[in-house]
Amino acid sequence: MSHLLLIPLLLPLTLAALVLALPLSARMQKIIGLAGALGFLIAALGLLLQSAQGDIAVTLLGDWPAPYGIVLLCDRLSALMLTLTGLLATAALLYATGGSDVSGRHFHALFQFQLFGLAGAFLTGDLFNLFVFFEVLLMASYGLLLQGGGAARTRAALHYALLNLIGSLLFLLGAAMLYAATGTLNMAHLAMRLQGLASADASLASAGGLLLLTVFALKAALLPLHAWMVPAYAAAAAPVAALFAILTKVGVYAMLRLLVLLSGIGPDQSIMPPVGLVLTGAAILTVAAGSLGVLASLRLRPMIAYLVMVSVGTLLAGIAPGSANGVSAALYYLIHTTLITAGLFLLADLIARGRPQGQRLIIGDPPRAAAILSPLFLLGAIAIAGLPPLSGFLGKTLILSAVRDAAMANGSPAWAWVWAAVLVSSLLVVLGLSRAGVLLLWRSRGATATPGAAESAPAGDARRLGLAASIALLAASPLLILFAAPLTAFTLATATQVLDNRAYVDAIPGLEAMTLTPSASAEGQR
Amino acid sequence: MEWLVAASIGLLVGCGVYLLLRSRSFSVVLGLVLFSYGVNLFVFAAGRLHVNQPPLISASAPYADPLPQALVLTAIVIGFAMTAFVLTLVLRALADLGSDRVDDRQGEEDQ
Repeated sequence: MSHLLLIPLLLPLTLAALVLALPLSARMQKIIGLAGALGFLIAALGLLLQSAQGDIAVTLLGDWPAPYGIVLLCDRLSALMLTLTGLLATAALLYATGGSDVSGRHFHALFQFQLFGLAGAFLTGDLFNLFVFFEVLLMASYGLLLQGGGAARTRAALHYALLNLIGSLLFLLGAAMLYAATGTLNMAHLAMRLQGLASADASLASAGGLLLLTVFALKAALLPLHAWMVPAYAAAAAPVAALFAILTKVGVYAMLRLLVLLSGIGPDQSIMPPVGLVLTGAAILTVAAGSLGVLASLRLRPMIAYLVMVSVGTLLAGIAPGSANGVSAALYYLIHTTLITAGLFLLADLIARGRPQGQRLIIGDPPRAAAILSPLFLLGAIAIAGLPPLSGFLGKTLILSAVRDAAMANGSPAWAWVWAAVLVSSLLVVLGLSRAGVLLLWRSRGATATPGAAESAPAGDARRLGLAASIALLAASPLLILFAAPLTAFTLATATQVLDNRAYVDAIPGLEAMTLTPSASAEGQR
Repeated sequence: MEWLVAASIGLLVGCGVYLLLRSRSFSVVLGLVLFSYGVNLFVFAAGRLHVNQPPLISASAPYADPLPQALVLTAIVIGFAMTAFVLTLVLRALADLGSDRVDDRQGEEDQ
C-alpha cells in the first residue's frame, strides 16, 4: 500500500480550496498555484521512479477491501501521464503568471481543480470514480475555457459544454450497462467478471463498452466527434490551451485502458467486437481532416488546434492494432506531441501579442523579438511536422513501422492506408506550417516594428517568463531525441505492462485470490 | 413493472434526444434534463427491479442492490450542478452573442 498516490490528488484539492476560501492577494495566488504545480510534478516524478521498477502501486481508500472500496492504482502508464500533466501545468502556470491569470476570477482555483480531476482520471481503478473525475476535470475546464471572456470563448464553451454533457450521460449509460451485466464497477474486477458471462449479459456488456468507447472518442476528438475541439482550443487563453493539450490525451488514455480491460483476461474470451479496424479507420479520417484543417487555417491558433487533431489520429493509429510495439510507439509520440503542441500554443500567443495583426496569417509587421521567436517556431514546426532530426520524425517512424508489423502478422491491408494518411498529412502539415512561418515571421513589411504597435505585448518580466515556459516545452523535442533509447525502453515496458491485464488484476490485494468465475453474490441478485 | 420502467426510460430519452437536436438553447437544456432523467432511471434499474426488498446484502433472502441507488444519487447531484452551470452559460451566451441559437446561425432569420 502506498500513500504517495494521494499527493497528486490531495495537494491540488487542498490548494484549490485554500485559494477559494482565503482572501489572498494576486501575488500569493500565483505563488500558491506555482508551488502546487511544482509539488504535483515532484510527486508525479516520485511515482514515475517508483513505477519504473515495474511495481503497480495500489491504495485502497479507507482500507476497504478491493471490489467494495475505491481503488487508486498507479502503474507506469498512470505515472507517465501524471508526469506529463505536471510538466504542462508548471509551464502553463509559469506563462499565466505573466498576466493571463488575472484576466478572470478564480483562475488559480480552477487550475488546481483541473489538476485534481486529471490526476484522479489517471489514478482511479474504478469505473464510476472515473466518471466523477471526468466531471471534475470537465467542470474546471469549462471555467478555464471561459477565462477572459469574449464572444468567441462563450460560443466555444457553450458547444464544448453541451457536447461533453451529452458525453457524460452516455458514460453513465455505459457504466450502468457494464454494472448490470457484471455486478461490479472496479475495473480489474470487471475484467475478471467478464469471463464466462451468459450471452445476454455479454451483449449488454459489450454494448456498454462500445458506449464508453464512443465517449472516450469524443474526449479524444476523433473524427465524427471532433467538432468541439478546434474552436475551444483556438479560443482559450494561451496557458489554458497549453494545459488542454493533455485533455484529448485523457480520452486516448481511457480508451487504451478500456480496450485492454474489456478484452478479457483469458486468451480468446474478448466480449468486445473487434474494434481495431474501426478505430484505424476513424484515425485515418481524423488525420486527413486535421491536416486539411491545418492547410485551411487563416489564423495561427486554429492551425495548432488542427495539429492536435492530427496527432490524436496518429496516436490512435498506433494504438488500434493493440500490439505492444504499437502502443509503445504511440506513447513515445504522445509525450512528444503533448509537450510540443502546448509549447506551440504558448509560442503562438507570444507571436500574436507582439504584432499588430495578431495571429492572423497575413503579411504584417514582424513580431517583437522575432530573432528569438523565429528559430523557436522553426524548431516547433520541424518537431510537430515530423521532419528529421527531431522527435516527431522518430515518433511517426516508430508508429508506422509498428502498424506495418502488426498488419503483417495478421494479414490486414489497413497499414497501407495508415502509411498513406500519415505521410501525406506530414506533407500537408509542412506546407501549412511553412506558409504560416513565412507570413508571420519572414516576409514582414517593415524591418522593425513601429513603436507602440505592440501595446498588448506584456512587459519585460512577464514576457521573459512566457518565453522561458515556451522554450522549456519546445526543448522537449531535442531532449526526446537525445534520450530516445532509455525512453523507448521505458515506453515498451509501459506498453507491455498495460497490455498485461492479468498483472493489473493481480496488483490489487483481495482480487488475486478470487477465481475467474462470477462470485455467488452476483448470482444471488438475479 | 419492467415494461413500465423500460417504456418511461425510452420515452424520456427519446424526448430528450429530440429536444437536444433543436437549435434553440432552451430546448437543448430541456432535452439535456429529460435525457439525464432517463439515464438516472436506467442507472437505478441496472441493479434490477425489486419490490419490498431490503437494500441489505444477505445470503439467504433476496435483496435490492444498494449500489445503483448510491450511484444514482451521485449522478443526480452532478447532473443538477451541470444543469445549473449550463443554464448560466446559456444566459451568458445570450448576452454575449445576442442570440439563443446553438447551431452557429446567429445571423439568419429565425423560423
